[in-house]
Amino acid sequence: MRSQSLEGGFPDAPVDAACAFRAALEAMARPGRIYDIAGARPPAPLSVAAGTLLLTLVDQETPLFLAGSADCPSVREWLAFHTGAPLVGAETAQFALGTWEALLPLDLYRRGEPAYPDRSATLIVEMPALSETGPILIGPGIEADARLNLPDPAAFQANAAQFPLGLDFFFCAGARLAALPRTTRISEAPGCMSR
Amino acid sequence: MIRRALLKALAVPGYQVPFASREMPMPYGWGTGGVQVSAAVLTPDDRLKVIDQGADDTTNAVSIRKFFERTAQVETTERTADATVIQTRHRIPETELVDGQILVYQVPIPEPLRFLEPRETETRKMHELEEYGLMHVKLYEDIARHGTIATSYAYPVKVENRYVMDPSPIPKFDNPKMRMGAIQLFGAGREQRIYALPPWTDVVSLDFEDHPFDPSKADHPCALCGAEDSYLDEVIVDDAGGRMFVCSDTDFCRARRDAGHRGATGRPAAEGAA
Repeated sequence: MRSQSLEGGFPDAPVDAACAFRAALEAMARPGRIYDIAGARPPAPLSVAAGTLLLTLVDQETPLFLAGSADCPSVREWLAFHTGAPLVGAETAQFALGTWEALLPLDLYRRGEPAYPDRSATLIVEMPALSETGPILIGPGIEADARLNLPDPAAFQANAAQFPLGLDFFFCAGARLAALPRTTRISEAPGCMSR
Repeated sequence: MIRRALLKALAVPGYQVPFASREMPMPYGWGTGGVQVSAAVLTPDDRLKVIDQGADDTTNAVSIRKFFERTAQVETTERTADATVIQTRHRIPETELVDGQILVYQVPIPEPLRFLEPRETETRKMHELEEYGLMHVKLYEDIARHGTIATSYAYPVKVENRYVMDPSPIPKFDNPKMRMGAIQLFGAGREQRIYALPPWTDVVSLDFEDHPFDPSKADHPCALCGAEDSYLDEVIVDDAGGRMFVCSDTDFCRARRDAGHRGATGRPAAEGAA
């Protein structure tokens, strides 16, 4: 194990984890709004936000799926030392991490059971950038409407249609974080799809 | 683990997420669920307010506030507008809660159907199938027996037109306030359930077309501050049946008296405290 794997954790774990979780909680409660999150220094290719989120939410009890380029020795070793999370395939994962393309297809992941909709996967999506532009978001946590540059609006529409089942998403870019729970409905008003 | 449960609770508003409740340095029934949720969300930058039936100065509220002062190094306050996290037992503050605040409820029985159907296996199935007829029958029986819906606290609500939820034993007067700008988190320690409402979530009190929901309160002004729009406690003041009605929200009442409002027997806040 390389010594870099031992570094980059929270300098003050209780306080740093509390602040990071607060950002994650606020983000999940207010879909589309972008929050700052920092504390961890994860190895490439993980973003600071994704690394911090993993140190906050993942432990020995949470199966984790690393998708695509996130599944590399330096990330595996770093997560093994700091979280101890078992690495598994997409089908049994409680958390999954990777770029949008690497995480696809979405129907691999657990969407919860009708009696236990909370038993669903949370996907942590690495993004090149986050901006409050793009499709309009409507639903709980949004007073009027919000916007977020989602990678594929149609996929999130399909996810929302399965409510109360479905996947929940965090989007990370650098030290910034946004979230999209399954309750958020996406409407593609004309003219707002700039890309 | 509690934090993961909170995130799933926000993702499925009104659904009760099971969690492994921990031992707390207080007995069940004193807010062990609320304390765990507060501890999970507090950061050193927060300012905490704790109320019990609207009051900041009751035993339960004082001891929980002291507990977090010592263990989490958070500042505390009694002013609703200054607080970032408010733990509450059975009330929503009168002052409107806004973006940036979190309201944590202490919940005794999280399952709204529990008194109608004692078996967890059955109530879980009822939530799964969205089978809430039993709750409407209960409200109908209220009307048949009393002429009105007699349920006056823990009045059931439907969240985002999906899950029927127990708002904890808040008076039904507070139900309309549940659509608010703050995040609402509910913790039931003994029953090991967490549920949540993101800001601006659609919360509708169950009713019938011919018996619409009525958020009633005692038909008096506050005897101390004169407020006519706040929820009132009835206080017995002597052995001869004398009584007065005062705001249940002590911070709201004091702020009004400080601003010069007076009720029938009102004195300035400083004098009233002496």
